[in-house]
Amino acid sequence: MSFLSFFRQKKTAPVAKERLHLLLAHERVSTGRSELIGRMRQDIVAVIAHHVGIEKEEVRVKINRRDSVFTLKIDMEVS
Amino acid sequence: MDKKNKAKVVVVTSGKGGVGKTTSTAALGAALALEGQKVVVVDFDIGLRNLDLMMGAERRVIYDLINVIQGTANLSQALIRDKRLENLYLLAASQTRDKNALTDKGVAKIMDELRTRFDWIICDSPAGIERGAVLAMKHSDIAIIIANPEISSVRDSDRIIGLLDAKTLRAKNGQEVEKHLLITRFDTERAGSGEMLEVDDVSDILSIPMLGVVPESRQVLSASNLGSPITLSDPASAPAKAYMDAARRLCGQDIPLIVPAGKKPFFANWFGGRAA
Repeated sequence: MSFLSFFRQKKTAPVAKERLHLLLAHERVSTGRSELIGRMRQDIVAVIAHHVGIEKEEVRVKINRRDSVFTLKIDMEVS
Repeated sequence: MDKKNKAKVVVVTSGKGGVGKTTSTAALGAALALEGQKVVVVDFDIGLRNLDLMMGAERRVIYDLINVIQGTANLSQALIRDKRLENLYLLAASQTRDKNALTDKGVAKIMDELRTRFDWIICDSPAGIERGAVLAMKHSDIAIIIANPEISSVRDSDRIIGLLDAKTLRAKNGQEVEKHLLITRFDTERAGSGEMLEVDDVSDILSIPMLGVVPESRQVLSASNLGSPITLSDPASAPAKAYMDAARRLCGQDIPLIVPAGKKPFFANWFGGRAA
């Protein structure tokens, strides 16, 4: 440990924050809040598959929350 | 009938263990009682009860939650009145190892009955996301999510919020459980120096409003040693004040939330002061 590193406090909290943001955005889709998202995903896939051909496994649904704003992102390949 | 509508069922939950659910249940229960409310704190941690210890009533438990569910005792026999506050009661968990003794129907019946007798029913949830935790939250109108400013705790809180939106009666009826975030074991110095997540970060990530911030303090351990909610044994302490404010906010009072200021470490202050 150098003399300088004693003064240079390690700021690890921003790393924790970023890791959490990424992790939870992912986990909210696959677990926990998933009941809603899972059901929505099924419904969305069903409606679109009714009209055009899609790879059902390749549909990605993401929900992000920022304050009171929800954003819903759906990624799919239409053939 | 009026009484029944007024009663609020609160679940104190976290997902992660050891973050301060039981301590907070005891402290908030006593704080609400000090505000003149009629309060019962209910331990849902079947097999690992501890709320009785925090309330200092461990030697007075004769009947518990499971006895009432199984009909070996009625509710009045199982409710333990606090020695310090006459409007504060405890319903202890049982030490039985059979967690299935906690039935869906039994809990529903007890909650209905408690609603007719109390203003606040505060349910101390077990850790985890299993049956016990789900039953503890099922009848809640309000959820207090206890989190430490630490990543695993925040992640688990997020899971619990998901469960609250899926498994509660309110969620099933298309209503929402009112959610509040209570951060415990907050270390101002470490947050100030960027070592610990800030209060706003946690609230922001979980997207639920803050009910309070309880600073890390040795007085919390002293209170548990004494078997007294900290709001009763050491009301002048910083944690007790944070719990009192949180309880008043629950009662609808508009109290500004003062996050313990992020102090910089000694040397940073010193140099910072000189530079300015």
